[in-house]
Amino acid sequence: MTEQTIPNKIDVHDFSFFYGDFQALKRLNLPIKEKQITALIGPSGCGKSTFLRAINRMNDTIPGIRAEGQILLDGEDIYAPDVDVVELRERIGMVFQKPNPFPKSIFENVAFGPRVLKMTNRRDELHQMVRESLEGAALWDEVKHRLKDSAMNLNPGQQQRLCIARTIAVQPEVILMDEPASALDPVATLHVEDLMRTLAENYTIVIVTHNMQQAARASDWTGFFWLGELVEFNKTSALFSSPERELTESYITGRRG
Amino acid sequence: MSATKLETSTPDVSPPVRWGEKIIEGLIWAAGLSTILIVALIFIFLLKEGLPTFLDIPLRQLFGKRWYPIEGMFGLASLLAGTLLVTAGAVIITVPLGIVTAIYLGEFAPPWQREILKPLIEVLAGIPSIVLGFLGWVALAPIIQNAGAPTGLTAFTGALILAYMALPTIISISEDALYAVPKEYRDGALAIGATQWQTIWRVVLPAAKSGIVIAVMLGIGRAIGETMVALMVTGNAANIPAFGADIMFQPVRTMTATIAAEMGEVAQGSLHYSVLFGIGILLFLITFAINSLARKLVGGESVRRKRTGF
Repeated sequence: MTEQTIPNKIDVHDFSFFYGDFQALKRLNLPIKEKQITALIGPSGCGKSTFLRAINRMNDTIPGIRAEGQILLDGEDIYAPDVDVVELRERIGMVFQKPNPFPKSIFENVAFGPRVLKMTNRRDELHQMVRESLEGAALWDEVKHRLKDSAMNLNPGQQQRLCIARTIAVQPEVILMDEPASALDPVATLHVEDLMRTLAENYTIVIVTHNMQQAARASDWTGFFWLGELVEFNKTSALFSSPERELTESYITGRRG
Repeated sequence: MSATKLETSTPDVSPPVRWGEKIIEGLIWAAGLSTILIVALIFIFLLKEGLPTFLDIPLRQLFGKRWYPIEGMFGLASLLAGTLLVTAGAVIITVPLGIVTAIYLGEFAPPWQREILKPLIEVLAGIPSIVLGFLGWVALAPIIQNAGAPTGLTAFTGALILAYMALPTIISISEDALYAVPKEYRDGALAIGATQWQTIWRVVLPAAKSGIVIAVMLGIGRAIGETMVALMVTGNAANIPAFGADIMFQPVRTMTATIAAEMGEVAQGSLHYSVLFGIGILLFLITFAINSLARKLVGGESVRRKRTGF
């Protein structure tokens, strides 16, 4: 498939976002390509995390927020009044910056999604789902003998992969990752990056990162945010080798940010 | 100057004693110790005064049905039954109500409602028990009597008033426990596609379990120990209510009310006197048992640490 024929999983049209009077995002326009990894980079407070959390409407829990414009998932506006937010989040999963496993067993953490979404009521099917999810998150071999242990006893890298397993257990279409490796050591970080590459065979991935190398290494597309605006969006290789805007260049070379 | 003094001191002298630290440490130690000491003293005092109860009266008679102190009959069964009925009734009413209210306040209520409700609940906590007892006497009892009970002063009347007395404790401690659950857990559940209720039921409540259990135990403690309300609205009849559908709608008498009502008239040093202290020992043991049970339910400190990751 050539670049032009990869379908857009998500289309963002003139999307603006407000916290009260503060405009956090200014008329964004970008495509999120299906089964590709899109990285969002930019300095702290530039709006990239706000944008990420706007895609599965996690910002809805904050009082006083307002959205304008459109985010289309498979052509349908996720901010349309008739959208069921719970259903939307089944389709768009999220992995957070700080690993946040529930204070339950490893098994129960992964089984949580299938249970609440009533994906099965058969014990053996549930086991199969948990196993496949843990395998998909490259964690199965490390935990298969201690599924009943508390997830709190895992190390941070394992916890983050557990959170990824928990997310893919409900088979979402899109996975949002908010600086998923920022709390991890370099080895665990590479683990997660390898995992993202594998996951991209089946899922559309959007990742927010502070780490330029990570964006350059692990993503297919990159968007550069600055003060709530999308300054530049392009293939990752193009954006990093020949940025079109001077601001982008000075940021990715570390002269600004 | 102190600097020159330091230079002249020989190197093998021990480091300077920080007297401020020592004193504060000592004060904190003493404060901690005093709690243990007072509990121990209370128990020793109770034992000293109440022990003859268990030595001089045969156990079969002690746990018999007849409480006629003047005739030398000290059967505690009716008092135990009274306390059990009133407390159990209060707990059954107050625990679900308290936890549900805490969930509403902590998870659903918009800020303006919370700002109104929380101070009101604190006011409820501050109402003297005799005022609530009075309310039960003049307002609640007639309603219960009109509903068909032989008298308005029944176990249920006491249970209902005690439930409302225990409510603020249960609400505010449960709400603190819910508040302490990290937002990350809620986000994690919501991001998977769990509804708000599923998130609360399957993630937030289990994570807040230990705090909620403590809230319930404190609430039960309040209900068992309350005297004034029990004295005023439960009817003060030291007999075991007939078992049946109307068991809650008969007059009873609780252990605390018995002590309060009879302590003033009893001859000091008599058997009756020591039986009243014996009832105190039983109350002490019951609360102790409830607290131990709570610890078991919550799981020891080490288990809790493991579970919450701290």
